[in-house]
Amino acid sequence: MDSLVQLAGIKKNFGDANALHSTNLAVERGKTTVLIGPSGCGKSTLLRLIIRLIEPDAGTVAFNGAPITPENIDMLRRRIGYVIQEGGLFPHLTARANALLMARHLGKAAPEMRERLSELCELTRFSENLLARYPVELSGGQRQRVSLMRALMLSPELLLLDEPLGALDPLVRASLQKDLKEIFTRLQQTALLVTHDLAEAAYLGHRIVLMNEGRIVQQGSIVDLREKPADAFVSEFLNAQRALVLT
Amino acid sequence: MKSFFARNLLVGRDSVEPSNRSAQRSFALPILFFFATIFPSSAQSVTIGSKKFTESYVLGEIARRALNDSGIAAEHRQGMGGTIILWEALRGAQIDAYPEYTGTIAQQILKTDRRLSLQEIRDSLAKLGIGITEPLGFNNTYALVMRRDESRRLALHTISDLQKHPELKFGLTHEFLDRHDGWQPLRERYQLPQQNVIGIDHALGYAALAKGAIDVKDAYSTDAKIGENNLVVLEDDRQFFPRYDAVFLFRLSLPTLTVAVLHKLEGTLDEARMIRLNAEAERTKNYTRAARLYFDGGVTSTIPAGENFPHKLARWTLRHLELAGISLLLSVTVGVPLGILASRGGAIGHAILGFASVVQTIPSLALLALLVPLPFFGISARTAIAALFLYGLLPIVRNTASGLQDIAQPIRDSAIALGLEPVARLRKIYLPMASRSILSGIKTSAVINVGTATLAALIGAGGLGEPILSGLNLNDHATILQGAIPAALLALLVQTVFDLLDRALIPKGLRL
Repeated sequence: MDSLVQLAGIKKNFGDANALHSTNLAVERGKTTVLIGPSGCGKSTLLRLIIRLIEPDAGTVAFNGAPITPENIDMLRRRIGYVIQEGGLFPHLTARANALLMARHLGKAAPEMRERLSELCELTRFSENLLARYPVELSGGQRQRVSLMRALMLSPELLLLDEPLGALDPLVRASLQKDLKEIFTRLQQTALLVTHDLAEAAYLGHRIVLMNEGRIVQQGSIVDLREKPADAFVSEFLNAQRALVLT
Repeated sequence: MKSFFARNLLVGRDSVEPSNRSAQRSFALPILFFFATIFPSSAQSVTIGSKKFTESYVLGEIARRALNDSGIAAEHRQGMGGTIILWEALRGAQIDAYPEYTGTIAQQILKTDRRLSLQEIRDSLAKLGIGITEPLGFNNTYALVMRRDESRRLALHTISDLQKHPELKFGLTHEFLDRHDGWQPLRERYQLPQQNVIGIDHALGYAALAKGAIDVKDAYSTDAKIGENNLVVLEDDRQFFPRYDAVFLFRLSLPTLTVAVLHKLEGTLDEARMIRLNAEAERTKNYTRAARLYFDGGVTSTIPAGENFPHKLARWTLRHLELAGISLLLSVTVGVPLGILASRGGAIGHAILGFASVVQTIPSLALLALLVPLPFFGISARTAIAALFLYGLLPIVRNTASGLQDIAQPIRDSAIALGLEPVARLRKIYLPMASRSILSGIKTSAVINVGTATLAALIGAGGLGEPILSGLNLNDHATILQGAIPAALLALLVQTVFDLLDRALIPKGLRL
């Protein structure tokens, strides 16, 4: 497997929930890997460890084969996109300024930025007319599209998404799931997505990583998980997602 | 408390550099005299100080005018404060001379209960580098006064008579309450039984006396108010009060010509003349004009007195804005970075917020009194600006810190995850997001500064406090309002300007 990111023996202890026991994981290049599991299983912690929002107690994270260190992390962060549940958009900046923040900071040429922005608007299906609006003037779904544009602006090698659709109503959510899948496919994007929704995981993920109590319990395709559950928890988790029953 | 601190600081400073000081004196004095004789009126202007009451203002003006008439440049810093502040300023060379009273020198400055002869006083002061003139000619001693009708009704004529009337209410100036030759020893000497004794400003005390809110107050025996308000002086039948002969204190390092002008004032003012000058000052609200009476021998001059009101108002207001503006600028320059540091919490953060809070709890008068004895400060606009700067600090530091701390974690995470360096995060994300809170802190400081800047007049730094202070001193409401109304309008204006600034400086996205 050609992996972009490798976690080896990575470990984090907070003294309560969300802890991560010694964990190994490879994120495959060009594919979508989904981290799934119950609340507090450590899936968001794992994501935050990769982008170094928290420091690991032990272990290494390698990016393109080289270990991530406090010294090189700011450079690497510019090659990683990060999208969170509520978007994390800066309220004092317009949608355009949010999306272009890093490009401007790095001094990219104006025509280049304009072209990239309109490309991303088309890709994320965000109306260019809305670019002058501030985050409070946008709907939840629109905000996530802007957040996605901001994350994709510098054509990142890796996209990290932490419950990106968690706060959206079902219709918006379904439409964004479809768009995300198209975007990932079109861009051949390496993505690591955290969700607690099994259907979303099955729909988006090439590979599903199931976590429980700070450990990876099983990883593979949704078929692997269903056909060959590693333990009782896997079956229980899969069966907990009730199929729609019409009487 | 004010003089307590000032005294302690004074003692502290003296103990640090006694050898240095005497060395300076032995070398510097002859050199100074040398230059003084070659360039009798050097470019350096002579600064006369005065205490915060009418007679001192008038004497200060007389000295200034006398120096000017002799071709010596001189300025008069009016109503700088009480004895300790003036004495400190003289010792620290922030002023060169000021009018004082022999009794006060013995009790407050040389701190002795003995009655000193003028020669003894002169010798003691000379060791401190300070000179003293002969008496100007009148004895302005302390006295207890009451309404004439009441004194007649109670058959009260001497201080001893007060023993029979324990129900009388006393309203005494704070200085008199605290003095070594003031209320406490007076009460012991005469065995006075009165329990109802309050501290009250000198000028306000006259109004309280007239209204019957108090029955007895302290006064100076040359006070024009005694005649004006139909009051009587209770006879000091046990000779408690020492003599308070008016003199000028001056720095011995002054050029001989300057000192000679001060000496020319000796023996030229008797009680009757001084009361007349005081009355003229209170009637016209113009010390310059009262001083002119001294020189013109009672003929009121036809020259228009001093500057006109719009000009004065403009001068006060500009000065006020200067004091409040500079101090606010300093508060912002220092307060915002401190607030950023404080927002990170930890020991340093707590220390910063703690310091700013403690400063805020010091009463503004006490803060001024604490700063005045320090070497760099003294009686100057600098001190007022420093005090205002310290007052303005807390709202800015606290609002900057809380504005930054209130930024939600997901926003911080997003800023970090984008790969923005710490400085860029602060500049592009955190500070703009905290701008509303920071600006409201600055607005609070600005309004506080405009209000508190009126106190600057206490240490001769000018501003709109000047008319308020002299109005208080003269018990003249119109004069008080000349300062109070513009100060209030200024505070409103500042509020409005900052509301407009909000619109310009707070990003639109935060105002939706």
